Amino acid sequence: MVKKKEYKEWPPYAPGTHVHESDISEKKITFTWWEPEVQYSWSLGPAMSKFLMGLKEGKIYGIHCKRCKRIIVPPRMFCEYCFGPTEEWVELPDTGIIETFSISYLDPDARRIEEPILVGVVDLDGTPPHHGFMTYFGEMTKDEIKIGMRVKAVWKPENEREGSITDIKYFKPLKGGED
Amino acid sequence: MKEVAVIGAGMTLFRRHLKETGKELSFLATKMAMEDSGLEKDDIDMVVMGSAPDAFDGIHMKGENLIDGSAAVGKPYVRVFNGGGTGVFAPIAGWWHVASGVADICLVVCEEKMGNCYPHPQTAFRHIWDPILDRPLTPNLVWLFAMEMNRYMTVHGIKKEDIALVSVKNKRNAVGHPCAQLADPNITVEDVLNSEIMAWPVNRLDISPPSDGAAALIFCNRDIVHKFTDDPIYVAGTGWSIDSTMWTNRDLYFPRYVAQAAKMAYKMAKIENPRKEIDFAEPYDPFSYKELHHLEGLLLCKKGEAPILTREGVTQRDGDLPVCPSGGLLGVGNPIAATMGQKVCELYWQLKGVAGKRQIPGDPRIGVAQAWGDIMQMGTVILLRRG
Repeated sequence: MVKKKEYKEWPPYAPGTHVHESDISEKKITFTWWEPEVQYSWSLGPAMSKFLMGLKEGKIYGIHCKRCKRIIVPPRMFCEYCFGPTEEWVELPDTGIIETFSISYLDPDARRIEEPILVGVVDLDGTPPHHGFMTYFGEMTKDEIKIGMRVKAVWKPENEREGSITDIKYFKPLKGGED
Repeated sequence: MKEVAVIGAGMTLFRRHLKETGKELSFLATKMAMEDSGLEKDDIDMVVMGSAPDAFDGIHMKGENLIDGSAAVGKPYVRVFNGGGTGVFAPIAGWWHVASGVADICLVVCEEKMGNCYPHPQTAFRHIWDPILDRPLTPNLVWLFAMEMNRYMTVHGIKKEDIALVSVKNKRNAVGHPCAQLADPNITVEDVLNSEIMAWPVNRLDISPPSDGAAALIFCNRDIVHKFTDDPIYVAGTGWSIDSTMWTNRDLYFPRYVAQAAKMAYKMAKIENPRKEIDFAEPYDPFSYKELHHLEGLLLCKKGEAPILTREGVTQRDGDLPVCPSGGLLGVGNPIAATMGQKVCELYWQLKGVAGKRQIPGDPRIGVAQAWGDIMQMGTVILLRRG
């Protein structure tokens, strides 16, 4: 049999040298630094073009997968489940329920913020259960927001819309009697 | 298909910043696995590297950069990655190199250096979101898990106290791990609940820390395993599955892709009743709720039952189903791909009975490890057993 070192416990030691954040900020260790600069342009493709141009007009478009019998939103040109093409655009109401949410005290760089962001997924009316997109929620407090709450889109003014998911500012509570 | 044995494992210290480069960390983990198996570089036929998004290290196509530290120069070499799933997917790839008969001995090295990225590794996560629909909302990755945790809690009526128990258990388990970054022998549920809220319902102590680290494993064809050990540990089964990227089009309360991966692995291992037949588990626990979510995905309990098992102590190291005896990601640290160390290396050490202070009592015969990655869509599962 191959000869080898025997240890009773594994891992027998922990190789590596711990350095503290301050060792770097105070330049106590040697390091090098680089700040990349790069830009991208993404073409939207036919499905997202139609969807985002719809938002600019204040409309939410879904698309029909006839084989799976579901209205898909966000729309795509094919269905990832049956792998058939989708067809027939459908205009959807701008109402739904809160599928899930978070009350975030973190910005995109994980820096702390004072006023929490209410963010989550809206399950849109006119689609199968659990179909929707990520969005902000507003006109409700962190104590009021609940999964299952009925909500309605609050749109940016028409002249400020640019064909982006942010053309919907947020979803607000939908009170009884409103549509 | 060839039967495949594990004959060596190694891992480095896990810390927020390590002085060594990624290559050096790969070298240190590999050297330890070589010491364990008695192999030298020339004995290794092929090498698999596991390392998650390039953006952390800041080196594009970092697999190439890491070759020299991975005993791979002059050999067939491939890097695999599926985000957090990599720590179990890389050993799956190592297994298939040998199971296919293409290699007799395959080394798997997993490396991650998240400390390179400023101001925070989270900044690199900005680049994994869909650029058209998600990025204009300037999302933080913690949002995603907070949303999934909330959905899971709400559907089953789970309390945060019960989820906090996972952090307590794993950070306490990590006390016996020499590589651990966040072991804490005295942590309580109150500490977790009172730690600052990051993105409700996720508090700071519900999250595993970003880390630097590396781990290594060596796989060998059963036909030659007698040269290295008379107490071999075998790969009993592997499984992997991925769900749609459109995560806003499915109910996040249950990870069905993990269940698909688990079923594939159980079928290969001829396991019909996982809860009865599996002795211990190392599910992926980057967040406290994920251990519970994944125990359910691994079909080790019913949907919504994992918090109850946790509360009843079933998942403690001396419980009926020890879970994360290593200390997991919550206690040992989360250098994404290198968590192979607490997941798959730990199965190997536990099954060999050399886990020291972390050793689970009794005579564990079969264990399961699992990881989870990409945008809440990838499930990777491996089963190891004693010969």
